[in-house]
Amino acid sequence: MTAKSFVRKVPSGMSGLWRATAPKLARLDIELTERCNCACLHCSVARPAGDAEAKAREWPTERWQTLLGEAAGLGCLVVRLTGGEPLLRSDFEAIYLHARKLGLRVMLFTNATLVTPRLARLLRDVPPLEAVEISIYGMTRESCEAVTRAPGSFAAARRGLGLLAENGVPFVVKGAVLPPTRGQADEFEAWAAGLSGNAGPPAFAVLFDLHSRRDAARSAGIAGLRSGGDEFVRFSRRHGDEAVGEWGEFCGRAGGARGDRLFICLPAAASASVDPYGRLQYCLGLRHPAAVYDLAAGSLREAVTEFLPRLRETRAADPAYLERCARCFLRGLCAQCPAKSWAEHGTLDTPVEYFCGVAHAQAIAAGLLGPGEKAWAVRDGAERAKRRRNGS
Amino acid sequence: MTGKIELGRAYRPSDDVVVREIEGEIVIVPLTSGIGDLEDELLTLNETGRAIWARLDGSRPLAAVVAELESEYEDAEGEVRVDVVGFVQELYDRRMIVEKS
Ligand code: SF4
Ligand code: SF4
Repeated sequence: MTAKSFVRKVPSGMSGLWRATAPKLARLDIELTERCNCACLHCSVARPAGDAEAKAREWPTERWQTLLGEAAGLGCLVVRLTGGEPLLRSDFEAIYLHARKLGLRVMLFTNATLVTPRLARLLRDVPPLEAVEISIYGMTRESCEAVTRAPGSFAAARRGLGLLAENGVPFVVKGAVLPPTRGQADEFEAWAAGLSGNAGPPAFAVLFDLHSRRDAARSAGIAGLRSGGDEFVRFSRRHGDEAVGEWGEFCGRAGGARGDRLFICLPAAASASVDPYGRLQYCLGLRHPAAVYDLAAGSLREAVTEFLPRLRETRAADPAYLERCARCFLRGLCAQCPAKSWAEHGTLDTPVEYFCGVAHAQAIAAGLLGPGEKAWAVRDGAERAKRRRNGS
Repeated sequence: MTGKIELGRAYRPSDDVVVREIEGEIVIVPLTSGIGDLEDELLTLNETGRAIWARLDGSRPLAAVVAELESEYEDAEGEVRVDVVGFVQELYDRRMIVEKS
């Protein structure tokens, strides 16, 4: 017996935990419901809270509990409970407790309006082990409810935050840059910094996906709210050029064009998501039928060990993708991915002009492209990125 | 719930933690609040830690755990006892194990 240290502490991010094989499933995202008590302008998911048809189709408590057990059996360490608004489910506590008793860490995504004293105490006594992530849209009642279109949601969310803070439950708040909230970011950051219980600086959603079930009217509404590439660059630069420097760095690290492989998104590796009706997807936004596996007709193990690895091998066929994205040195920086292509075009592999424009604006700001240059057409893209990374 | 552990007493995993075996690693996940400083970290056991942990099932006094491990590991006189007691005390202080009542 020689080892004096018998325990090894590793950061909860999990990198470094596995000495041999990593588990087949590291994280499972569960969309407990598509319903929400808010109706945010930019939301790519939500249905009305009272949508009885959606509610009737949602998986019942026991199905989720069984699935969580299967996920734990595959080595899953973290489960994200999201929606819609997951707290609309009357069985939320039962599902949450089941996950925690299986030894899963829980990431809870909520708008905080339905946090009750009882739930806050539960989160205090049986902590999720991940900061609760709370979307808050707007610094005033007017701007907030212009986004949520839910009267009373501003006060309800503040009350929810207060309950979490009183009970010492760590959380982070997330904002969004939308017409009613434009220009509020600094105030939002200062407010967030002063919140007791707040575990970190806020993140802002600036670039929005179209509707993930491809509702044309909803998508048109979201498209009308989007910030352009230049506005995104200005927003990212509001505290200095650090972010812009990181874009250059990132492109250098990402190593240039990625060819015709479609699924290159690192955070999604070894993770999966399930919609409220038991359909497993590669990630939350990707509802293309070819990328969906019906758990009712199979098993989580089969989905994770056979279906997803097969899907990850999918190659692009769209000529525009092959001409552009496959040869583009901004591929690592650009948000283009199968989920964006699905929401925008109903395909897996069509370049999305909106995200293409944003990536080009970022690249120009980072000194990687000149105005008018097209990233896929420059021959020395990888060298430019490398030079930027080396600071020359 | 702190205090000195005793060789004459048996210990078992606390209901406040969940112990999982994932891909050959033992991972200890807190269930309730205030278990050590684990909220930002995961705790895994090395091989020796696992050998000790596996015997903390409430079925035998700590002295028997020490004796079993002394017969398995060739170490300088008394070293196994010091290691085991130190580790078990740490687990006890972190509320990961409790005395078998
Ligand atoms: S709170 Fe979240 S889920 Fe609900 S409508 Fe707003 S963005 Fe969608
Ligand atoms: S910048 Fe344009 S061409 Fe390049 S990967 Fe993005 S969408 Fe494709």
